[in-house]
Amino acid sequence: MKYYARRIAFYAVTLWAALTLNFFIPRMMPGDPADILLAKLERVGRDIPPGVEHSIRLLLGSDTGESLWTQYVTYLQRIFSGDLGVSVTQYPVSVSTLISESLPWTIGLVGLATLISFIIGIAGGIWIGWKRGTWLDGVIPASTLLQSVPYFWLALLLVYFFSVQNSWFPRIHAYGLEFTGGPEWSWAFAGSVIYYGFLPALTIVLSSFGGWLLGMRNMMVSTLSDDYVTTAEAKGLKNSRVLLTYAARNAILPSIAGFGISLGFVVAGSIVMEQVFSYPGIGKLLIQAVQNNDYALMQGIFLIITVTVLAANFIMDLVYGFIDPRTRHNG
Amino acid sequence: MDESVREHELAKSTESASPRDDFAVDGLPLEEQPATVAFANTAAVAAREIPVKRRILANLPRRSPKLIVGLVLTFGIVLFGIIGPFFVQDPKFSGNPSLQPPSPEHLLGTTQLGYDVLAQLAYGARGSLMVGLIAGIIAVVLSLAFGIVAGYFGGWTDEFLSLVTNIMLVIPGLPLIIVIASYVPSRTLLLVALVLGLTGWAGSAVVLRSQAKSLRNRDYVAAARVAGEKPVRIILVEILPNLLPLLAAQFLFAVILGILGEAGLSYLGLGPVGSITWGTMLNEAQLGTALSSGAWWWFIPPGALIALLGCGLSLINFSIDEYINPKLRLAPAAQRSVRTARKAGLEVTSNRNVNDDGVIIDAENENENAKRVGE
Repeated sequence: MKYYARRIAFYAVTLWAALTLNFFIPRMMPGDPADILLAKLERVGRDIPPGVEHSIRLLLGSDTGESLWTQYVTYLQRIFSGDLGVSVTQYPVSVSTLISESLPWTIGLVGLATLISFIIGIAGGIWIGWKRGTWLDGVIPASTLLQSVPYFWLALLLVYFFSVQNSWFPRIHAYGLEFTGGPEWSWAFAGSVIYYGFLPALTIVLSSFGGWLLGMRNMMVSTLSDDYVTTAEAKGLKNSRVLLTYAARNAILPSIAGFGISLGFVVAGSIVMEQVFSYPGIGKLLIQAVQNNDYALMQGIFLIITVTVLAANFIMDLVYGFIDPRTRHNG
Repeated sequence: MDESVREHELAKSTESASPRDDFAVDGLPLEEQPATVAFANTAAVAAREIPVKRRILANLPRRSPKLIVGLVLTFGIVLFGIIGPFFVQDPKFSGNPSLQPPSPEHLLGTTQLGYDVLAQLAYGARGSLMVGLIAGIIAVVLSLAFGIVAGYFGGWTDEFLSLVTNIMLVIPGLPLIIVIASYVPSRTLLLVALVLGLTGWAGSAVVLRSQAKSLRNRDYVAAARVAGEKPVRIILVEILPNLLPLLAAQFLFAVILGILGEAGLSYLGLGPVGSITWGTMLNEAQLGTALSSGAWWWFIPPGALIALLGCGLSLINFSIDEYINPKLRLAPAAQRSVRTARKAGLEVTSNRNVNDDGVIIDAENENENAKRVGE
């Protein structure tokens, strides 16, 4: 139980740190983002209710005459009541609405692609590790090339070859233009989403599976030279049993422990990648916000991405505590 | 370790049976490996007798194809960044015809604004390498401060520093960088590198901490402590030298991360203003609709160079990994020699023709072979 308590405490502290970062970054920066934002709103000829102005000033920090501490407390209260402010670019839609429209796209795409890449990488790593000392060892250095490829550049290549040169796959968007009414629950729509999501998902899988592959292969090689594996072989157990029940089962632990961390990289990569495909996810929204100096939207998205990654990490920690009893006992 | 030595001896004795296997995996002559093992075992005695130069050589990672390819790629690109700009035209000279495909005049063609792509690439190499280098140095210094201090002192210092490290580790870096970068009005190259370094150290700190923690309990560190040496001296003189290979690997990793991060930021239009990097080239290519006009010579080279440099640095990292963890290096070689021995045994004991070349054996085959050897 101590393990879980420690993990929960850790994520609580991390969440607090993220919120505090989010509070202080706009306040530490030169200039007054709130003024820029309000000026921008006035320029497009919109009257701003005093409540909204206060909310914006509170989120982005500017001289409201209140002490920093009061601002901080009010800011936390607002965040926890789900008020992330309003967007300037799509005034007066609230930031939370915009985020809730785009988050499912990213979670679906990144989640599914990461899962596929994890499975391919782990299975491949087990196999190549088992075949250590054969030509398959040569696959490992080759996979670093894929790993070092910037996500967005791989996306550009895929678009160039599969959409521009040969129009096999659509270039941009997440579903066909014939669905004018937006997302709907139908087989045709689901098919369209898969068709449009293929290249983005392929990008994520191609650039991330190398990491899993390498980590798993190296752990397999180390584990396979452990004494208990030699014992298992000496007992005359079947190869498949030695491979899966003895070696792979232990070698997979670091990969699972590191899952959350790698997820951070995947999320970062996909943010830039979404721009290439104009995928209507959280990354594209973030970039729109940045390009339009929509600070409230930007802060809100940063917060949501962080919270989502934290949640994924937390779930992986729970799983890890479940499959590796040592972590529970040593706290 | 002992086991693998024995297996090497075994491999050596079967050399005559299959001369092709003179070279173990990684292209190492087999003779070299037992020598290293012997060196490790008798290091204390040998240190006095072996000249300094050879001692240094023996401590360097083994020569392997991976290392050589990695070094060639890395140094090639670094040289291109250093010398290249002297041989190309001004990267901001727009007098060339626009969107020309590669030709003898413009080896990599021109951009929409008439810039020479090769010139941009050479200056971009400079910019990107600079960002990577600065970000890498900052990240390594920070990871040293957090990782080693936490690992060495333990207790509450460790609790606190590890907490900060873990928080930095799980907060996604790029969104944070994007948010910070968008608030800064004038982004210089140095500033972008600084932000990338400040957000990219946590992973290395975790690795260094666990190493420092295990080194702390070694006898020689305890001896230094008993002798009354100050913690700073123990960390710098006793612990740090043992972490050097690991530190080098972490530094190269941080450089890759820095270059990749800069490329992503620049592609989004949040890169350094006024400098040329591979990332800003890709950004311009995107704005100049290089994709739809089919100008592959514009957007493929910058990304390819990033990938090749990353690949080169990772290959060097591999060699360092195999140096730190001999299991990674010796186990495949050992396994290969076991297979060779088994095959050699088969040739002697049975008249069955072995079709495969003894290197690629699938699991069932191997089982069968094992049984035959058993008989």
